[in-house]
Amino acid sequence: MARDMSDKEILKMELDQLKKEVSTPRTPVNANCTDTIAFVEGLAPNDPLIKGVPDDKNPYKGDKGGCIIT
Amino acid sequence: MCDQTFVAATFGPCDSCSKPSPLMNIYIKNEATNYCSLCVEMMACQGLQKGETLESLKRESETLKKKLEEERNKLNDVECNVSVILCWPILIVWDAFTLNKEHGVPLPCTWVLACAYAPSGCAIACGGLDNKCSVIPLSLDKNENLAAKKKSVAMHTNYVSGCSFTNSDMQLLTSSGDGTCALWDVESGQLLQSFHGHTADVLSLDLAPSETGNTFVSGGCDMKANVWDMRSGQNIQSFESHESDINCVKYYPSGDAFASASDDATCRFYDLRADREVAVYQKDSIIFGASTCDFSLSGRLLFAGYNDYAINVWDVLKGTRATILFGHENRVSRVRVSPDGTALCSASWDSTLRVWA
Repeated sequence: MARDMSDKEILKMELDQLKKEVSTPRTPVNANCTDTIAFVEGLAPNDPLIKGVPDDKNPYKGDKGGCIIT
Repeated sequence: MCDQTFVAATFGPCDSCSKPSPLMNIYIKNEATNYCSLCVEMMACQGLQKGETLESLKRESETLKKKLEEERNKLNDVECNVSVILCWPILIVWDAFTLNKEHGVPLPCTWVLACAYAPSGCAIACGGLDNKCSVIPLSLDKNENLAAKKKSVAMHTNYVSGCSFTNSDMQLLTSSGDGTCALWDVESGQLLQSFHGHTADVLSLDLAPSETGNTFVSGGCDMKANVWDMRSGQNIQSFESHESDINCVKYYPSGDAFASASDDATCRFYDLRADREVAVYQKDSIIFGASTCDFSLSGRLLFAGYNDYAINVWDVLKGTRATILFGHENRVSRVRVSPDGTALCSASWDSTLRVWA
């Protein structure tokens, strides 16, 4: 566990990890963000919290149905 | 280290170094002796092991203080849509539509910090300051004593801060204040894999959403968020851009990114393929730490609960705040969006759960 290790051991562990990470394959942000945007835009029309729910399907419409659970 | 000032009743030769100086009357092993203040300081330092410094001990005390703060939580976790609540010390399963309590399981442990539903909906895992994570099978029989069927699965050396079932009912992933995460087999209670790499308490974990996914992300008090491979136990990527403890991490619905909420009052969005932080959600007017976050169904909105009793809703793509949800009277400890995306549930220290739709 980390709290049982001395500072030197912790730093050594971090160093080993960073050495492994240096060679991770990375793709440019531009491409990834376009993918993310496309993903979101594709799903957004189906997201009830974004597009809203039609009144007849909304059980909480008006004053009835809202309450607090304790 | 500088000497502390003290009122010296005596002046004379010190009992250990024999130099005349103002003496402190102290007791060593019940014997009264007079040491000069320098010798007292040196003695205090002898208690430290080699390599330890006062700095490292100070850090240890900081983590203990954090633990104390967590112990003061009244209401800690919520799952949707049929909600599970952790109350002190009862585990309650609610039906969010009918508002009926379905099951109530009294727990021997006083503070429960984490809970999770099994994918089949037939069991619940919960863990907390008892250092264990237990699995309780649910049954529809109202008269059945659920507490008796509780089974301890995970054993850590410190509190359990988060737990989650993997794709099956048979494996459980836990994160703990001892700085490790672990994968357990539910049936046998055996440790299948442990994940070392955090240098402080791990406060939260989240599994990758895909069916074949084998990774999970964990966030901890060492301000780092690490992505792990469940099969090999290796830390694949790590992100260190927060300025304070990471309270909650959540995978993006696409599985290629994740968000984290931290005590430094920001939420950050990290892209896994680019291996870097791509967005920071912060505002000068928000100074309280964020304790929880969750994405909407499409991933367009990020709901984050803060210690200033509000939930800020961020537009993930634009990086701006879409809206604020007020209503709680104490800090918001957890938010979760329902699996079908129609509602958001928030749990708070004011002992209430609010469902927002």
